[in-house]
Amino acid sequence: MLSAVFIYNQKGEVLISRLYRHDVKRSVADVFRVHVISSPTSVVRSPVTTLGSTSFYHIRYDNLWLCAVTKNNASAAMVFEFLYRLLGLGVSYFGRFDEESVKNNFVLIYELLDEVLDFGYPQNIEVDTLKLYVTTESVRSTRALQSDALATIPQSITMQATGTTAWRRNDIVYKKNEAFVDVIESVNLIMSAKGTVLRADVQGQIVMRSFLSGMPECKFGLNDKLVLDRDPASGAAASASASASASGSTQLGRRQGGMGGFGDGESVEIADCQFHQCVRLGRFDTDRTISFIPPDGEFELMRYRTTENVNLPFKVLPVVREMGKTRIEYEVLIKSNFSAKLSATNMAVTIPTPPNATKCRIKVTGAGAGKAKYHPEENAIVWRISRFQGLQELALTAVVDLAPMTKPTPWSRPPIALDFQVLMFTASGLLVRFLKVFEKSNYQSVKWVRYMTKAGSYEIRI
Amino acid sequence: MMNATIQTKIAQFQIVKQKILAALRKGENYELKTELNSEYKERRKEAVRRVIANMTVGKDVSGLFTDVLKNMHTDDLEIKKLIYLYLINYAKTQPDLVILAVNTFVKDAEDTNPLIRALAIRTMGCLHVQEVLDHLSDPLRKCLKDPSPYVRKTAVMCVAKVYDLSPAIAEENGFVEDVRRALSDSNPMVISNAVTVLTEINEMAPGQNIWRLDSKTVPTLLAAINECVEWGQIAILEALADYTPKTEKEAESICERLLPRLQHANGSVVLTTVRLLLKYEKYVHRADLLSQFSKKMVPPLITLLSSEPEIQYVALRNINIILQRHPKMLSKEIRVFFCKYNDPIYVKYEKLDVLVRICSERNTEPLLNELKEYAREVDVDFVRRAIQAIGRLAIRYESSADKAVKVLIELLQLKANSVVQDVVVVLRDVFRRYPQSFADVVPTLCEHIDYVNEPDAKAALIWILGEYSEHISNIGNLLSTSIESFLDEEDEGVQLALVNSAVKFFLKRPQQGQALVLKALQTATEKCANPDVRDRAYIYWRLLSADPNSARAVALVEMPPVELESASLSASLLEELIAELGSVASVLQKPAKLFVYKKTDKAGVPRDSEMANAGFDSAEGGATSAGDNGTTGGIDTSNEGEPELLISF
Repeated sequence: MLSAVFIYNQKGEVLISRLYRHDVKRSVADVFRVHVISSPTSVVRSPVTTLGSTSFYHIRYDNLWLCAVTKNNASAAMVFEFLYRLLGLGVSYFGRFDEESVKNNFVLIYELLDEVLDFGYPQNIEVDTLKLYVTTESVRSTRALQSDALATIPQSITMQATGTTAWRRNDIVYKKNEAFVDVIESVNLIMSAKGTVLRADVQGQIVMRSFLSGMPECKFGLNDKLVLDRDPASGAAASASASASASGSTQLGRRQGGMGGFGDGESVEIADCQFHQCVRLGRFDTDRTISFIPPDGEFELMRYRTTENVNLPFKVLPVVREMGKTRIEYEVLIKSNFSAKLSATNMAVTIPTPPNATKCRIKVTGAGAGKAKYHPEENAIVWRISRFQGLQELALTAVVDLAPMTKPTPWSRPPIALDFQVLMFTASGLLVRFLKVFEKSNYQSVKWVRYMTKAGSYEIRI
Repeated sequence: MMNATIQTKIAQFQIVKQKILAALRKGENYELKTELNSEYKERRKEAVRRVIANMTVGKDVSGLFTDVLKNMHTDDLEIKKLIYLYLINYAKTQPDLVILAVNTFVKDAEDTNPLIRALAIRTMGCLHVQEVLDHLSDPLRKCLKDPSPYVRKTAVMCVAKVYDLSPAIAEENGFVEDVRRALSDSNPMVISNAVTVLTEINEMAPGQNIWRLDSKTVPTLLAAINECVEWGQIAILEALADYTPKTEKEAESICERLLPRLQHANGSVVLTTVRLLLKYEKYVHRADLLSQFSKKMVPPLITLLSSEPEIQYVALRNINIILQRHPKMLSKEIRVFFCKYNDPIYVKYEKLDVLVRICSERNTEPLLNELKEYAREVDVDFVRRAIQAIGRLAIRYESSADKAVKVLIELLQLKANSVVQDVVVVLRDVFRRYPQSFADVVPTLCEHIDYVNEPDAKAALIWILGEYSEHISNIGNLLSTSIESFLDEEDEGVQLALVNSAVKFFLKRPQQGQALVLKALQTATEKCANPDVRDRAYIYWRLLSADPNSARAVALVEMPPVELESASLSASLLEELIAELGSVASVLQKPAKLFVYKKTDKAGVPRDSEMANAGFDSAEGGATSAGDNGTTGGIDTSNEGEPELLISF
């Protein structure tokens, strides 16, 4: 369990200091500042620092240091999960979580800290529930009035905060019942200079925004290989008549039909997946059904990982020649590997240059090849392409002049890194087959699904 | 003259400045006092906020105790919460005055609003003042039976606070019994908090077995876990992990019921589940189940590597431990541990360690290529570890030695200073493992002799020269140049290596070596200040003059093969760390008793004396020193020396 939580600014000044147990003093905050924040070595060698019997755990965000302190053999994994959850809470409450917002909202932050930990044990850190009773100024006054008038409201709040669906109020009403599903994939790649794929995987995230009344019971289906293999009939039926499957899922179906890049009836081998706590894990374990009562608004329904048959959206063929000690020549060819109907946007290719580079002559070729510029402060050429069509090829050539060095040190040749996003494309091939909503009032609901693949860490060595 | 006047002026100015500041400080508290007593609600509210702000930055506002207290009776929840916060901080310093606040607390504990009831009971427990306890008992007893689960779960937690302060009062009032009863509450959060509290009470009173999880309660917990919030799940999982199942059947069913937890989004739920499964391995004997468990553990463990870097780090440190129990578990997954260029350095170190650990003979080739990439990176430490990893693979798998040496020689050609040093040292070990196998690369190595400038590397290189002296034509020249500068060497390792290699060279090529060995031994015996080097030289000299054959037997003896394995934990420590997977101990890979002090036991005797006697070395001694002030044990910066950093890099 945690003995204290501190928030510092960049310089190490304490902005928030909350002790939970009497085994530490407030001055323990100075120990962390002296040993970690003001430590002369700027590289953090470990996020856990144990000094004597006191362990400090820290994460950094914007210009803040969030630090937790324990005196016992606490679960380090839990402490970090907690700190990240606290961070998420801050972002959700204040929009931005930085020194300014912490200073402006310190009263509220203390209230939250009082609520999320008791005697150093995490209690309930669900944003939606907390927002019901730990509220910002403007909301507070009306709530306070209500609570005077109706003593039942806090009753229901506390029921929810401790209940089996701690993440959802039971009195939600929408005129139009809608659910939006976003499948967001990050594709990670390490490719060797020779073009062999050393490692490729996809980390997917399914984010749902639910605007559904009452206590809706949801069932969610993917083209999961294990499900489709077990019950091929239902798989075929679903993919053949996706548009007409569950009532009200037409939008879901229509969008699917418009997607390039997928073949019908293909399934995906999911290496592993993790679910939001609303999903019944027992059900999933027995028959891989994803069933849940969703929180209201936006939440991450699941995360998954695939490693087989990754569709790499881009192929990069780099040639980097060091011509003696004074010049380097680059030829970088990029090919897009998805349907011509689709396109990647906000693409940036970072091509590293040696620190002693002086001048770059860069040329890009191909339709809409964008702009490439040398950024000396980053030691890189950054090539930006606003729109990269499917099945297209673009090339960059560059000659970089090097300044002579008194003490020649070899260049470490960092990898070329790509950043991009491709809409309506999934690198894993994952597809949402259905989302069914059952509620006792039996209302109709509309569901939408979007797909996007973006670069995680997409590295090509040179 | 000028300087002196200026300095006195500055000194005077400093004094004045301090006086002004002191006045200002006094002024601020004075001003706050007035504001706290203002007749306007808004001004009082603002004043309370300022008091808390000052408290946060460490200013002393304890003098305002009574004035703050006056504002306590209010309908404004925000003010109430702030004042409670103030009380938590200063109650201990003003125990007599806190009693004044008790009435409000007791009244709040009967409020119609459950949020306020819970707040009152939560805060009262945090005051940590003996005098308050008497007034706390009645409201606490009521709250433990409150209709609202929110109040009940808070009250349950409060019992731990009471027990912490006075086990006697907690027992007398039957609070511990109440918490035990709360295990069968209808609300999952009350149950999980009860588990937390009972576990903590057990730790507070070691050896008394206040609570032991029995087979009757296990099903309740297994049912509750499906409905708990994630943090409650962790508490229950931990309690179950420490439980000893009565029968094998029970162990199997617990494991099977908990397998779905591996799919939870919270990494610590996953790690705690893994911990439980590993611990239960000794109770479950069915091979099919065990292999199913370990198969199910792999994907979630790997998924942890895509979480935030800090959680990745904890996961990797733990994977390192798990691999020592199940070395083959991740051998198919080697590629997921390949480092990304932008991984934080602490993640890279751990990945590297895991890579070497799980590498099998089959996949040495891709790994060696990978390590070659790492050896070109910027961080010198990381580069060194990568080079050492290459050496380890070469030594472990004979089939990979050729490729490894090839990679090392390629790295040598980068001519980066630190790389050359590290490569030479590693090559020495590899050469020693496979004697006389790499004669063909020694000439290339000799081309880089000028870059070798660190003592360890020099000694290694000279050793290689001696070992391969029959293969290299110009070795006599190389050695004699080194012997010329014999006395400039400050490192005794290098000098010893020179003497040894000169003798070896002579024994292998008596013709060319005679002058050289004479020069070396002469310099070492007559001019060298280091007695060890002198003695060694004398021994060789006498051996050589007495009986060259026995000299041969001594100098050219085959060395025992080198071992260069990753550090492994002792069996008992491994057992302990598996039992505490995910904890600080597992991250530090050190037993918990080195950095955790047991609470004083009932008699009130601090237990650290026994630790000091346990024969730990100085590092651990430093760790215990912080706990000298008994139960509180807070780090006191003023009287504690440099605290020992426990983390090992």
